[in-house]
Amino acid sequence: MSADGHIIESGAQAEVRPTLLRRHGALLVILATAIVVLAAFPNIAQPYYVTLVLPAFAYGIALLGFNLLFGYTGLLSFGHALFVAIGAYGAAVLTSKLGVKSFEVILLASGLAAVAVAIPVALLAVRYVRIFFGILTLAFGMLFHSFLFKFYDLTGGDTGIRVLRPSLLGYEWNELDKTAFLIGPYYYYCLVLLIVLGFIMWRIVHSPFGLHLVAIRENPRKAEYLGVQVRLFRLAAFAISAFYCAIGGVILAINTGQADPELAYWTHSGELVFMTVLGGFANFFGPLVGAFTFIFLKSELMSVTQYWRFFLGATLALIVILFPRGVMGVGQDLWSRVKRKAA
Amino acid sequence: MVASEAQSGMNTLIETVEVSKAYGSFVALDRVSLAIAQGELVSIVGPNGAGKTTLVNVLTGLLKPSAGVVRFKGSDIAGIGPVALAKQGMARAFQLVHIFPAMTVAQTISVAVISQTSKSWRLFASVATDEILRSRVRDVAAIFGLAGKLDAEARLLSQGEKKLLDIASAFALTPEVILLDEPTSGVSSGDKHGIMRTLLEAAKHAGVQAIILVEHDMNLVAEYSTRIVALKEGRVLADLPPAAFFSDQDIVEAVVGKLGGKLSRQAH
Repeated sequence: MSADGHIIESGAQAEVRPTLLRRHGALLVILATAIVVLAAFPNIAQPYYVTLVLPAFAYGIALLGFNLLFGYTGLLSFGHALFVAIGAYGAAVLTSKLGVKSFEVILLASGLAAVAVAIPVALLAVRYVRIFFGILTLAFGMLFHSFLFKFYDLTGGDTGIRVLRPSLLGYEWNELDKTAFLIGPYYYYCLVLLIVLGFIMWRIVHSPFGLHLVAIRENPRKAEYLGVQVRLFRLAAFAISAFYCAIGGVILAINTGQADPELAYWTHSGELVFMTVLGGFANFFGPLVGAFTFIFLKSELMSVTQYWRFFLGATLALIVILFPRGVMGVGQDLWSRVKRKAA
Repeated sequence: MVASEAQSGMNTLIETVEVSKAYGSFVALDRVSLAIAQGELVSIVGPNGAGKTTLVNVLTGLLKPSAGVVRFKGSDIAGIGPVALAKQGMARAFQLVHIFPAMTVAQTISVAVISQTSKSWRLFASVATDEILRSRVRDVAAIFGLAGKLDAEARLLSQGEKKLLDIASAFALTPEVILLDEPTSGVSSGDKHGIMRTLLEAAKHAGVQAIILVEHDMNLVAEYSTRIVALKEGRVLADLPPAAFFSDQDIVEAVVGKLGGKLSRQAH
């Protein structure tokens, strides 16, 4: 705090900083609390619940990227499971077939592979908007799914490829069994990844680049006349979203120890949309909240009833009808009501 | 012809030479030549279907002419598109209001300032703490009387304010030439002069060197133009200063006669 105070007094941003702090003060407190709770979680919760958090981290990261394209740029993709699958298969091929163990190398290589695939896909897809964009991305997702499914020698067909345990920062953690590794070092590594990638995405959406994306969502024609290269920016947002989805896919695959074609199936793309809408795509943190809500909701429903899909579907229908801004929208409304009462 | 050659001196900003545009067998523009120089406010007038929109789309690089040349500051701009045009220094505001509904006034103007100062690809810079950007946005907003509304969302502005914001964002590109397509449409006739005066004031502030105005309201055309280009059936019917234009009954009738009919139809 005192360090912040020093910055406030010395800079030319004297007028800006305090209002920023005041505006984001509550947010910072909530974030810090969330991080503390997540960091303490492996020590206070049963291992089963801790292993549930890992896919939530994975989807949280993937959806941060997905929502740059959906919430900020206004392009709804029904094929982004494609990039999650590229991340998963990247991890599988690198660990099982090429003997690469370094988690850092796997993350980077899989992320870049997703970007390499995303660019040609986006070159075609960003020429279209709305349903045409959605259908085109859906088609590419299906294409990749059948590739994974049919090219048995290369991809292992419907059984997929095993994903071996990677080394974290060069250390193998051989003394830990699988669960201890996952809910120990791997958990914390992924938490840090989420925080770092979340912070980077926060910077992106608040940057000039991010403002252009929102302008494109709001009115592409007007944006063009203000000098914004609409297609190029859509392409960039697409590539960044693919990178984030692949990182999520890597985390997911190492958690389950398997990369299989279901990851690229269109229903998985649907789940990405589901989670984002559930959390609220109009809010930066909505997708994160959506990922955690979805994972825990699904797990609880599955333990209670075999008709969990029905209840999950009903939940989404209710949310879209009653709370179109998702969980975060409800949270924001409650928060502003509390603030009004306090004032 | 003689007039346009005389004007194509060193301070010519835009010129078309024998520009034609045909859609199939329909000729929308037929060998149109005109030049617009520094300091001019050229109004383009003519009855509906005269080719005004096509001409404007050619002048702003949106449409490629079927024949002829269109130049801006000496370089060919046929079909270069809006982004390249903005970069070269020409801005355009549309007849229908174009805004970003969910963005604030400050954000809307920022989009133009950012693209114009080549900060578009800064992925990790902060918009909120960029003081140069913020002061530039405040200046532009102040000229258009929007300084008190910087944090208001565009969709919540009044119709007139939306119009001003639309035009303000075009001015934020610091263009050398600005094309205004019926900037006062949808505004009550009493406010029209107010908007025109704001525009001219803003143009002076922003260093705009020439204005192209597409306008139906002959009072505005008469009062603010330095030159009037009248189109009819895709051809240049007249290219005259206001005094000469309005003293030629045949031309005025060709343009205003039909226009008057159209206006009275709209009033009903």
